[in-house]
Amino acid sequence: MSTTNGMIGKSVKRVEDKRFITGKGRYTDDIVLPLQTHASFVRSPYAHANISGIDLEVAKTMPGVIAIYTGADVAAINGVPCGWQVNFKNGDTMKEPKHPLLADGKVRHVGDPIVVVIAETAALAKDAAQMVMVDYEELPVVINAAEAVKTGAPLVHEDVPNNICYDWALGNPIAEVDQAMEEAAHITTLEFVNQRLVANPIEPRSYNAFYDEANEKYTLYTSTQSPHLIRLLLSTFVLGIPEHKLRIVGPDVGGGFGSKGDHYAEEAVLTWASKNINRPVKWTAERSESFISDVHGRDHVTKAEMGFDAEGKILALRVKTYANLGAYLGTFGPAVPTYLYGTLMQGLYTTPKINVDVTGVFTNTTTVDAYRGAGRPEATYLLERLMDLAALEMGKDPAALRMKNFVPPFDGVNQPGYQTQVALLYDSGNYQGVLEKGLKMLGYEDFRRKQLESAQNGTLLGVGFSTYIEACGLAPSALAGALGARAGLYEMGQVRVQPTGKVSVYTGSHAHGQGHETTFAQIVASKLGIPIADIEIVHGDSDSMAFGMGTYGSRSLAVGGTAIVKSIEKIIEKGKKIAAHRLEANADDLEFDQGKFTVKGTDKSISFGDVALTAYVPHIYPADLEPGLDFTSFYDPANFTYPFGCHIAVVEVEKDTGKVALQRFIAVDDVGNIINPMIVEGQIHGGVAQGIGQALFEGAEYDSNGQLTNATYMDYCMPRADDFPMFETANQITPCPHNPLGVKGAGEAGTIGSTPAVVNAVINALWSGGHQVKDIRMPLTSERVWRAMQAPVNE
Amino acid sequence: MQIRVKVNGIDYIHEVEPRLLLVHYLRDVLHLTGTHVGCDTSICGACTVQVNSKPTKSCTMFAVQADGCEILTVEGLAPNGELHVLQEGFKEMHGLQCGFCTPGILMTMTDYLKHNPEPSEEDIRHALKGHLCRCTGYQNIVKSVQYAAAKIANKEEVPA
Repeated sequence: MSTTNGMIGKSVKRVEDKRFITGKGRYTDDIVLPLQTHASFVRSPYAHANISGIDLEVAKTMPGVIAIYTGADVAAINGVPCGWQVNFKNGDTMKEPKHPLLADGKVRHVGDPIVVVIAETAALAKDAAQMVMVDYEELPVVINAAEAVKTGAPLVHEDVPNNICYDWALGNPIAEVDQAMEEAAHITTLEFVNQRLVANPIEPRSYNAFYDEANEKYTLYTSTQSPHLIRLLLSTFVLGIPEHKLRIVGPDVGGGFGSKGDHYAEEAVLTWASKNINRPVKWTAERSESFISDVHGRDHVTKAEMGFDAEGKILALRVKTYANLGAYLGTFGPAVPTYLYGTLMQGLYTTPKINVDVTGVFTNTTTVDAYRGAGRPEATYLLERLMDLAALEMGKDPAALRMKNFVPPFDGVNQPGYQTQVALLYDSGNYQGVLEKGLKMLGYEDFRRKQLESAQNGTLLGVGFSTYIEACGLAPSALAGALGARAGLYEMGQVRVQPTGKVSVYTGSHAHGQGHETTFAQIVASKLGIPIADIEIVHGDSDSMAFGMGTYGSRSLAVGGTAIVKSIEKIIEKGKKIAAHRLEANADDLEFDQGKFTVKGTDKSISFGDVALTAYVPHIYPADLEPGLDFTSFYDPANFTYPFGCHIAVVEVEKDTGKVALQRFIAVDDVGNIINPMIVEGQIHGGVAQGIGQALFEGAEYDSNGQLTNATYMDYCMPRADDFPMFETANQITPCPHNPLGVKGAGEAGTIGSTPAVVNAVINALWSGGHQVKDIRMPLTSERVWRAMQAPVNE
Repeated sequence: MQIRVKVNGIDYIHEVEPRLLLVHYLRDVLHLTGTHVGCDTSICGACTVQVNSKPTKSCTMFAVQADGCEILTVEGLAPNGELHVLQEGFKEMHGLQCGFCTPGILMTMTDYLKHNPEPSEEDIRHALKGHLCRCTGYQNIVKSVQYAAAKIANKEEVPA
């Protein structure tokens, strides 16, 4: 289909902005229903304890209290389900202990919900919750994944030996990798922690549930990334209510970053309770609650080794990771450190032998699940840290070392895709191109000169590289199923042409900042040749659209956008038949362009709006054609998409304090074709900011008792405006060969690429001053960097 | 306790609990839900409104403390439907994504521009320090403020 009005590739200003900048956004907590009640959860202050008693007597007498429920009240209800199954190496299924909606006599992490109090106002609910008396018998606590698997470690779930959810491996047989390592001239080894992060969307999680007694139907407003997924899980797997009797609405959502992709216990408790009390019940997390109850991200302990021959060609990669899954399995939890991590170990390189071995471990901490990038940042961090460190150790240039090992360019059409050692088939790539562009933007040779001069003057300048690839556009359902997904990962797009030619589009994708209302409208405007003002994009309501898998894994445009394109194709196809009848021509002789159906080679034409009206007022109409112009398509992608890029950081490290100043950040990203460059650049900015956040500022810190010691915005350091220079961004475009838009996905790329670039730059700066440090634990605070510099200097 | 306030030009008298926070008064009593709660502890800035023309984090102020005050919220920035030049800047420069932190930033920076009509990039970044945005990486927020500053420099008055 031709691009008819230049809408694709244009930085159209966002149509959704007006409501947000005028305070008219409608987030879940903004919704007040008639007879609204409010909930407050009593949560465990201990990381691991038996509950020996719950005394509700005083709480029940508090003003405004409507109902109080404990674990006993919901014991008969299923627990929170997990959406992805990972198997042990020996084929056994992973350990999947029940995740009760409210604690079942035992609490397993600080923040585990025990009691819900429902009252007339939020303040009264909180007042009463404070009067709930819970008796705890404290149990020993285990926090660290690598410690948790040791014999004698406390058990988070009595029926999970050694706290091991699964041990899993991918790639070439370990014996082959060991053999290749034996032959290596140099092995770079890195033992490191990829620290736990908290996603921290600024909108806290919020739910509002009500039960319509007359129609026996539940409605849940929820700050979610995936309304239909929540409906499926909540109706069928948790509460056992018919799917058509549960409506899920995800209104405006104030950021998600993966943490709102999960199905949460609070959603189920509120929905269940709304029927019991026969009134709507709302809960919005306080920030201190968000910190201990929203799913966290990352938290790996890893040993990685990369073997090289004498020329610097990679021979093998061997990885052992302990992945902390938290106390319970998140919706995607088991998949993140396996199928979204191990599968990325090829990186951009031709490494012939790879083995990645992951042990997923339960601990007395908040559940760990997807956080922006989800597994792919961890893989990229590992590979790209190894590459820069190997270059330093071998005295080679890090850019040249990469060039030597890159998979050569391939477009996936004339050249086949690249089959990795770790299950994936890359679609198309030009990895040299992004690095070359990045080096040019940096002015590499000049920088190295400047760095040398600076070192002589005692200033520590460093440059760090990261050339990343990711797998997104989740996902081909059959492949995802083979990898353990318990759902298909297609997307739905319905295009409803109204009788006047205006268009409503219903998508199963969900926007929480990504600008779908604009980008998707651009696609429709372009394909149908109509103005954006004539198009409305509707998302987030399970009663409005057929189905949807939601938004995560940078999938909305590649999968959801394509589903819309498929429906548009059907619209045009049918439109041709209608137009042919009106024009007394053969449908095969018609072409559609610029919003008009024209008989080829003639000036006989009919407008799109006219055809739409004919479809709905079919007085002159083909006898064998149904009236109406409305199509729904489900698109199941043929493959993942594989964006890639090159991120480069330049830092100066202050010698006396260890303070890191980020001087420049260059991001060259190849996300395939671009529909709206402004929005893509915005996604990259935000992603890069979060990735730099991990490198320099952020990290969830548990003490040995399992207390999250920095569970406030005061203590959990997120980057602010004055922490960054202007990011220097550029694109290379290598279209995706297997979707009609040629798009790959841009939501996570920035986060995936940026973290190792910054850490590598700091390490490089330290080496330039003779401090041959292999690793500094993230975040690279002044103290940690300063301590690293106190090691003896090698001149 | 009884309070009298003027919010976005309209006078109100209400009986409120002494413990009611200003942000909850605005959201729950006046249904002005454009002002958001992000952190409850005045760190994120999403709840910022102007109290007597001064940017104020309304999650850390009691409603009773606002007795007798004039309050401007994001809903009052474009009273006649004509966008404030900074609102326009946010739209033009893609200064927002999920939009949750945006109203608070607008309330701080509209005031900032009144007193600092020609800020440098560094000035703007410093002025934004009281706000957290998790979506944008701040770059386009800085550009949005620069857009507004440039428009103001061309002799356009800053309203409100």
